[in-house]
Amino acid sequence: MATETAAIHRMTEPGSMRRIGLFIPCYVDMLFPEVGIATLELLERLGFEVGYPLGQTCCGQPMSNSGDERNAAQAEHLFVENFKDFDCIVGPAGSCVKQVRQHFDTIEQTDAVQHVRQHTYELVEFLHDIAKVHDFPWAEFHHSVGLHNSCSSIRGLGLAKPSEIMETPFNKTADLLEKVKGLVLVPLDRPDDCCGFGGTFCVTDPAVSARMGIEKVRDHLRHGAEYIASPDMSCLMHQQGIARRAGLDIKFVHVAQILNGGPFPERGDAIQ
Amino acid sequence: MSTNKPVDVVTRAEAFIRQDDIHEPMHDRFLWATMQRRDAEAAALPEWEKLRDLASQIKEHTLTHLDEYLTQFEANATKRGAKVHWARDVAEHNDIVYGILHERGVTELIKSKSMLQEECVMTPYLETRGITVTESDLGERIQQLDGQPPSHIVFPAIHKTRQEVARLFARTIGTDPNNDDPHVLTEAMRNNARPRFLAAGAGMTGANFAVAETGTFVVCTNEGNADIGASVPPLHIANIGIEKLLPRVEDLGVFLRLLARSGEGAPLTQYSSHFTGPRKGGELHIVLVDNGRSRRLGMPDFWHSLKCIRCGACMNTCPVYRRGGGLAYGATYAGPIGVILDPTFDEHKYSELPFHSTLCGSCSAVCPVKIDISEQILKWRRVMASKGYLPLAKRLSFAIAGHVFGHPGEYHALQKTAAPALHHAPHFLLYNQTLNPWGRERDIPQLAKQTFREWYLAHRRNNGNQHTES
Repeated sequence: MATETAAIHRMTEPGSMRRIGLFIPCYVDMLFPEVGIATLELLERLGFEVGYPLGQTCCGQPMSNSGDERNAAQAEHLFVENFKDFDCIVGPAGSCVKQVRQHFDTIEQTDAVQHVRQHTYELVEFLHDIAKVHDFPWAEFHHSVGLHNSCSSIRGLGLAKPSEIMETPFNKTADLLEKVKGLVLVPLDRPDDCCGFGGTFCVTDPAVSARMGIEKVRDHLRHGAEYIASPDMSCLMHQQGIARRAGLDIKFVHVAQILNGGPFPERGDAIQ
Repeated sequence: MSTNKPVDVVTRAEAFIRQDDIHEPMHDRFLWATMQRRDAEAAALPEWEKLRDLASQIKEHTLTHLDEYLTQFEANATKRGAKVHWARDVAEHNDIVYGILHERGVTELIKSKSMLQEECVMTPYLETRGITVTESDLGERIQQLDGQPPSHIVFPAIHKTRQEVARLFARTIGTDPNNDDPHVLTEAMRNNARPRFLAAGAGMTGANFAVAETGTFVVCTNEGNADIGASVPPLHIANIGIEKLLPRVEDLGVFLRLLARSGEGAPLTQYSSHFTGPRKGGELHIVLVDNGRSRRLGMPDFWHSLKCIRCGACMNTCPVYRRGGGLAYGATYAGPIGVILDPTFDEHKYSELPFHSTLCGSCSAVCPVKIDISEQILKWRRVMASKGYLPLAKRLSFAIAGHVFGHPGEYHALQKTAAPALHHAPHFLLYNQTLNPWGRERDIPQLAKQTFREWYLAHRRNNGNQHTES
């Protein structure tokens, strides 16, 4: 976590960070385009110049996370190539940002690689720490919401105090959500217990993953959440699949959609 | 390379979950409650994080000066009248212990729980040579009677229900199979064990800490069983892993404050017994065991695992361990710490353990000596991947994905062809248990009609973006 803080402190004033590279992870691109749209619109509303490199594919996380650095390297090099000319890079996905910042460590550490690693931000930390956004007057969300900060966001990027560490509590995602009119955050029994997504873990260890997932969703339901909101759509994709299979009545939304005030597309059930 | 088949931890964990609706929820609830007690105990000490820092530094210092502290410990323990033995590996350890017992004609040994003795598979070794070994820790005794290894470092039988223990005791020590009152069961075992303590020719303990400056070692228990084992028979044998060393007595103040708080959410273990030399008229033998530890000390990515004080906190906090149980790992050490220790004993046999983790990082954050457990799990995945241990399906798909993700043209072409295919794939294929483990447990997310990239091209293309497709 020391390196994370250092990365943030290396940032100069927001003025020099006007040109943002928009990093839309592959699964967001294909499955949750509304999250990409919300992120782009939000950054534009805040006055940033946002570029979206069309040649982006994947950050390499599925391979890297499995220890396969050799096959991750091509995706990692491409990522750097796509984003090296931006002042900073912002993506609405904690685990993908963590991959860039912490696990681009087996490729050659050129100036471009180091620049990209040091200037890639998860959306919430960018809004909270860099852009220092204090209100979202365009957004309203009249629902009770359970917050799912992903493990990568909490223990990897420091978005909130992990329950294990004894320090002054903080929660950057909650700070932002609480500024949205109408939104009520519900307390949870196990706010930062992993939901069992874990990247490829969810398919290589399906029984354990599913048990973790269903109990996670039930924790939110028990506390009256209508929505589970997260800065990480990958965790929600897993939880949503579990909830639908079990017939649990709860909705899922990315933090970017709430903060931007949409879009909230109607979605049918899973593919039949 | 070992001839053992890799432990199929996924199937074993699934079996633990699927056996019924009782075991896994009970296991998870108990360990979660233990974690909550731990959090409360830790929060009550304003200096908690400082203690963790200090403990980590003391261990790092000791491990990087281990030769000096071991020699010091041997000299001081010898001065106090203990006999110190050195064991390079399991064979030497078991041979030394058997030799001591055999020379004195001991046929009954009472022992307190020790992960090192498990590591050395000592009990079967001694029993085939005519020595009866009795576990004196209640949980370990339950596991011994059931012919199972411990499933947790601190709570060896935590995967069992009270009813199972009642049936086991009925079968083995003649209690009422329908009476699962914990007090009754404990009392029955106490009465059964007492004559064994009195009859034993030797008592054996492990050690939680060994202090170089005094030649003392410290054993922490909640049942006092190590104390009676060390105090009643005339012969006390303690086996100690060489990483258990601490330089000074005052260092104990740091570690004793962390140990029980971290592992069981209690301020201290009921007994923290210090042994310095043999008691009057008795004999004390100390066996210092390497068994791969000095090799591990030479591994740049993994030597920090030697800081471990075997508190069990990483198991309690690990959501994968809580759901899948400790026996799933098929190894001496289960849970996150097991994932990073076990492969140092046998890379082939334990090649799948590093993948039995979501890399959530809770283990690293809870560890009282700040071992970077989660980071080491990822590093073990790298080791396993480089040695070809990834499952074939993963190897093939990563080789293809690695190429495609590196070439945006191919990636976007594939997206265009794969997406409609997925829309039209028949249900039986999508939800096939073997072909698609995602669909076994979850519904599949609906593909968007338009990708973000397509939306962007339609809405922002002429908005000053200079980037073109490569």
